[in-house]
Amino acid sequence: MSNIDQFRSSTRDWLKDNCPASCQGPDNALPDIIWGGRLQEYPDPDVKLWMDKLIEKGWTVPSWPEEYGGAGLTKEEEKVLRAEMHAIGTYSPLYSFGISMLAPALMEYATEEQKREHLPKIASGEIRWCQGYSEPGAGSDLASLQCKAVRDGDDYVINGQKVWTSTADVSDWIFCLVRTDPNAAKHDGISFILIDMATEGVSTKPIELISGASPFCETFFDNVRVPVANRIHEENKGWSVAKALLLHERTMLAANSRGSGSGLERRSLLTVARDALGQKNGTLGDPAIRSEIAQTEMDTLCYEATLQRTTEAAKAGQGMGPEGSMFKLYLSELNQRKADLRQRINGADSLIWDGEDFNAEDKEITREWLYGKAATILGGTSEIQLNIISKRVLGLPD
Amino acid sequence: MSLLLNEEQTLLKDSAKSFTDENTDLEAMREKRSRSRIAEINKDLWQKIIELGWTAIPFSEEYGGLGLGYAELGIVMEELGRGLVDVPLFSNIVLAGSVIDVAGSQEQKKQLLPKIIDGSTFISLAYQEGARHAPYDVSSALEPDPKGFVLNGKKQLVLDGGSANHLIVVARSSGKKNDRGGLSLVIVDAQQEGVSVKNNLLLDSRRVANIEFRNVIVSTDNVIGGIGESADTLDKIYTRAAVALSAEMLGGAQRAFDITLEYLKVREQFGAKIGSFQGLKHRASRWFCEVELSKSIVLKALRAIDSDDPEQKRLAHACKARTSSTYHLSGIEGVQMHGGIGVTDEHDIGLYMKRARVTELLLGDAAYHADQFAKLSGY
Repeated sequence: MSNIDQFRSSTRDWLKDNCPASCQGPDNALPDIIWGGRLQEYPDPDVKLWMDKLIEKGWTVPSWPEEYGGAGLTKEEEKVLRAEMHAIGTYSPLYSFGISMLAPALMEYATEEQKREHLPKIASGEIRWCQGYSEPGAGSDLASLQCKAVRDGDDYVINGQKVWTSTADVSDWIFCLVRTDPNAAKHDGISFILIDMATEGVSTKPIELISGASPFCETFFDNVRVPVANRIHEENKGWSVAKALLLHERTMLAANSRGSGSGLERRSLLTVARDALGQKNGTLGDPAIRSEIAQTEMDTLCYEATLQRTTEAAKAGQGMGPEGSMFKLYLSELNQRKADLRQRINGADSLIWDGEDFNAEDKEITREWLYGKAATILGGTSEIQLNIISKRVLGLPD
Repeated sequence: MSLLLNEEQTLLKDSAKSFTDENTDLEAMREKRSRSRIAEINKDLWQKIIELGWTAIPFSEEYGGLGLGYAELGIVMEELGRGLVDVPLFSNIVLAGSVIDVAGSQEQKKQLLPKIIDGSTFISLAYQEGARHAPYDVSSALEPDPKGFVLNGKKQLVLDGGSANHLIVVARSSGKKNDRGGLSLVIVDAQQEGVSVKNNLLLDSRRVANIEFRNVIVSTDNVIGGIGESADTLDKIYTRAAVALSAEMLGGAQRAFDITLEYLKVREQFGAKIGSFQGLKHRASRWFCEVELSKSIVLKALRAIDSDDPEQKRLAHACKARTSSTYHLSGIEGVQMHGGIGVTDEHDIGLYMKRARVTELLLGDAAYHADQFAKLSGY
């Protein structure tokens, strides 16, 4: 038996012995998703058990080196592991900005000591991370950020405000861009720093969105002392780290929406349409809406084919590069169109905000439409993505 | 199935690319317009294609083919589209060739396929009657006759029809216009009594014919498939043809984009390269994304034909709808971004816009394919 076959069979056995029955199955849905951190609760004890087993094996982040909390699997082994998990309808419940965004940047830029300090706690879900990038005066023009870090002995003293810090109120640590040289050109005076949210002077306040939801916060720093040792990469070189991380963020934003592929999406949009519009001559009651639905479905097929092609190309080492921008741009707009269409089709039913006599799904459709408006703004607006494509892919002049 | 090219396909791509680089002749395209009555195929160019083996790509080795598929044919179509190379690959190999390949008898295949592969005969498919593509909109009548059958009717937009030795005609044996049942396919000698061919030049300098059939006798040997039972064959042909044509359109769209991108980097106004203006930058970036999406769906749809994927029809509709809108966009944005020079005959970008318009409407435009896609999806 070859090594990989051996790995496959031992993995299969291990999964059989260790994955709780409630964490597997054809619906491929775990009872809970784990974001980690000190506030994490485990409503389902099986998920906690499953999590602990995975952490012990290093399989929440199987390809990471063992000293950082992973299992040091090769690409091939990782593929086998995913396939075996997929076959019984399970996956790792741990899902976090730490894994998808911060860790790749740490792997590239952190010192060995910093990696050993932070990566294992990301792998185990002990620490939940949030991102401190945008500021009230620095949105699309992120590099104009003003949150200030002044050196004082072995510490930086940080003063300023961050905004759009997702889940800051429930996170343990924040990775932040701060200005360490106010006199340098704007990209050259920024440093990347890790801050414990429990430090004195850090406070957060949720932001209510037009949908009524509140996943974002404002985060304030009032004379917050942070050890210089918490800086990643050189002083004033934080922009390189930030750029690397934004690339991962875009890939993540695109990958996250992958689940809402054509199959399920279509049925539900169509079901809404059939209920609302009825049939006429064997086709959907409203020909204009029918063609809009067809258009979004065909666009979804094109998007999925593009994702397939670029994923395959990347695996074969022929990556296009900043393709994340194209995906982020296209997918956020496509999803927005779908949500908009669904709400329009649903008509009067989806105009209701709240009350005594309404259907929960209708309310959901409205909330989804409103929440979806953020998708073309967060993580770099559509216009910023177009700038990136024209500069980095097309090579158009500034 | 992987959407990347394998080693052989990469070699084919390289060879098609250099062929196009050597044989793109847009001046000749312009010259053709002064000879609009002459129906002619560039036989020298066609001979080169034959020697490269591209006419043999989709046919089985039994009939002199290479036994390859649409993934390979698509590579060639895309490159020809990039250089607007005018050869009868689509009319003879994709359209007529597929009909014989899909529905022909053993005897018909043995008779005809080797001849279209080696270029000793030219065959065009006469399918269209109305102004817009509608597969079952057929009134040309095929009626029984003591000598076999007799054909009466009129066809338009027969691609390379004026150069064809034989015509494959879609005719109606029973039922009424737009019925799916009752359609037949017959082979007619272009020189036969009762066949009258009138040549037209399209706005993209390609040749089509309007052909009238008056009491044309068809022997039973020249019927392809069963009488009145050709709708399935036609569905299959149109699926393949829409995807193959899409590959050509992708090549054209990509080239129009490349020409324009180059122009944005050199043309100066207000003391700056016009490509530095956000009003053009953003449009160029969106256009780039459209071409990338087209590329993916074309690759996917070509492979779906080769693997006989049950989703191939839906994919073909999504594909032709997408390439129709992308090539259209490429033509109009290309001309607009070039400004004044873009509307002159001297500049090549206009030639791409013209080819875009023709291919957009051939075999159904974006609206047609969206409608068919919805129908197949059950709504």
